[in-house]
Amino acid sequence: MIEIQHLTKCYGEHPAVSDLSFTVDSGQIYGFLGPNGAGKSTTMNIMTGCLSATEGSVRIDGYDIFEQPKEAKKRIGYLPELPPLYMSETPLEYLRFVGEAKGLRGADLEGQIAGVIRQTKIEDAAHRRISALSKGYRQRVGIAQALLGNPEVIILDEPTVGLDPIQIIEIRDLIKDLGQTHTVIFSSHILSEVQAICDQIIMIDRGKLIAFDTPENLEKQMLSPNEITLTSDSPAEELQELLWGIDHITSVHLEGIGEGLTKAQVKTDCPDIYEVSRSVFLAFAQRGAVLLEMSLKKANLEDIFLELAEGDTAPEPPAEIAESEENEVTEK
Amino acid sequence: MTAVLKHELKLYFHSLTAYVFGAFLLAFVGIGSMLYNIQAAVSNFEFVLSFGSLVFVVIVPILTMRVLAEERKQRTDQLLYSLPITTTQVIAGKYLALLTVYLIPLCVVALYPLLFAQFGEVYLLISYGSILAFFILGAALIAVGVFISSLTDNQGFAAGIGIAVILLNYYSVSLSEYASSTALGSVISLCVIIFALGAVIRHLTKNENLAYGVCIVFAVLIAMVCFLDSSKFEGLLPGIMTKLSLFNRFNTFVNGVFDMTAIVYYLTVIVFFLFLSVQSLEKRRYN
Repeated sequence: MIEIQHLTKCYGEHPAVSDLSFTVDSGQIYGFLGPNGAGKSTTMNIMTGCLSATEGSVRIDGYDIFEQPKEAKKRIGYLPELPPLYMSETPLEYLRFVGEAKGLRGADLEGQIAGVIRQTKIEDAAHRRISALSKGYRQRVGIAQALLGNPEVIILDEPTVGLDPIQIIEIRDLIKDLGQTHTVIFSSHILSEVQAICDQIIMIDRGKLIAFDTPENLEKQMLSPNEITLTSDSPAEELQELLWGIDHITSVHLEGIGEGLTKAQVKTDCPDIYEVSRSVFLAFAQRGAVLLEMSLKKANLEDIFLELAEGDTAPEPPAEIAESEENEVTEK
Repeated sequence: MTAVLKHELKLYFHSLTAYVFGAFLLAFVGIGSMLYNIQAAVSNFEFVLSFGSLVFVVIVPILTMRVLAEERKQRTDQLLYSLPITTTQVIAGKYLALLTVYLIPLCVVALYPLLFAQFGEVYLLISYGSILAFFILGAALIAVGVFISSLTDNQGFAAGIGIAVILLNYYSVSLSEYASSTALGSVISLCVIIFALGAVIRHLTKNENLAYGVCIVFAVLIAMVCFLDSSKFEGLLPGIMTKLSLFNRFNTFVNGVFDMTAIVYYLTVIVFFLFLSVQSLEKRRYN
């Protein structure tokens, strides 16, 4: 569906995207993940023809976005980071303009406008000026615009940024709906969001692809931190002895939290964390010690991302474009 | 293109722009015909247009200032880039919309000579020839305004520069009398122009080598011509200033000559500046 090959984009001397290659198949929701300044928006702008590339190619359904822009753009609906809306118009007027520019005419145009208004639930705002609409509604108008012309691919750049929690849930539901009929690529720097709705995750950092897989696979691939946190009212020395008596325990960290309670953080190298938690429970039971609380920490996307992004032991926090260097990212 | 055209027209007529533009143009031409045709009882309508052409200095920049600058500021240019239409279509649509807004008050003006003809003898051919030239002059100035608007995302700045450029063009013939007509003066001013051209190229292309290259080539050319025959430069600067004046050529029509070369000149200016506007928009994709 979308084929990106050796895409490179430099702003002056600084590479915002460097040698990015991946292929996106139809009919799935792709999450485009990366810290701020990783090159997400740049990549999306290039994919939609808003920006030129320094090197490399983007093909939409076989059509090159630079060589055959008209054909390629017909297959893409794009919502940039800031919805490109004309504030003095009503959503209806705005959608009519976009529809006409996408080559829709007559009954087809009216039908599609009515369809996208229904789909994005903006019926009650359709006749108000866009400048008077809330951010959530503006975002929806932006998505409605992208849907016009029934493009096969919908590209959304951070569609949930700046919305309130209810609006975020609504937009996520909308993206899930869209995923049933379109290929959706949306970018985000909120990991849980991507985890919740994506079939595939594309992770980039400092302009480079660092992972491309399903959320489940990414989790499996990870050496999970497998950490157990527990609270007990036994004395610290007794806990120490008890915990070190269990197999596969690699580190124990104890901390008194008052009222005679001790909190213990236990790390293990055992891949099956439940096996360890079972042994902990049994050891406590055998000793007659009381386990007040026990929680397991499993690898989540956040850890995966941090490990992948910082796999090259970069000392600085997630870099801005300006700071990006030619760091070789070690693949897991 | 029709989508952009319709959309722009809607924007102009929903906001005050089209009405303010039309009102100013009609008011100015109206005052002119009151002074010349009614008060002074002159039957030449073309004099009114010659007087009225000064209004372009104010109303053209007001009309064109937002056309591209505002798109850039509101980030709606991203929408235009991502739609399956070419930049040329966008500029053409926008330009045609501007021409339509300009043409409507001009249609009202076109009734005046007929009206005056009821009360006396009016040279209709010269009047309508001048109205046509007036239209093309305005169209050329609007093309210049579109280009200036494409350079910035600040409407006020676009309007300010637009007013300065058109005012300078309006007075360039009068100013040319004061310009030095010696060879040295011309050479110096040519060098300044070349330097300015280099600066514009550098700003637009962000390519220093190209800018320096162009500057050096022109400087060498001037030096060569200067060395071979320095008399070629005598009176060159005032000549250029007169030649570049859009308003000066309009006065030929007012004097009763339908000058085809002037029409070709205006059309060239229109195409040239619209081409530059397209390039200016395209260039933003490349920075």
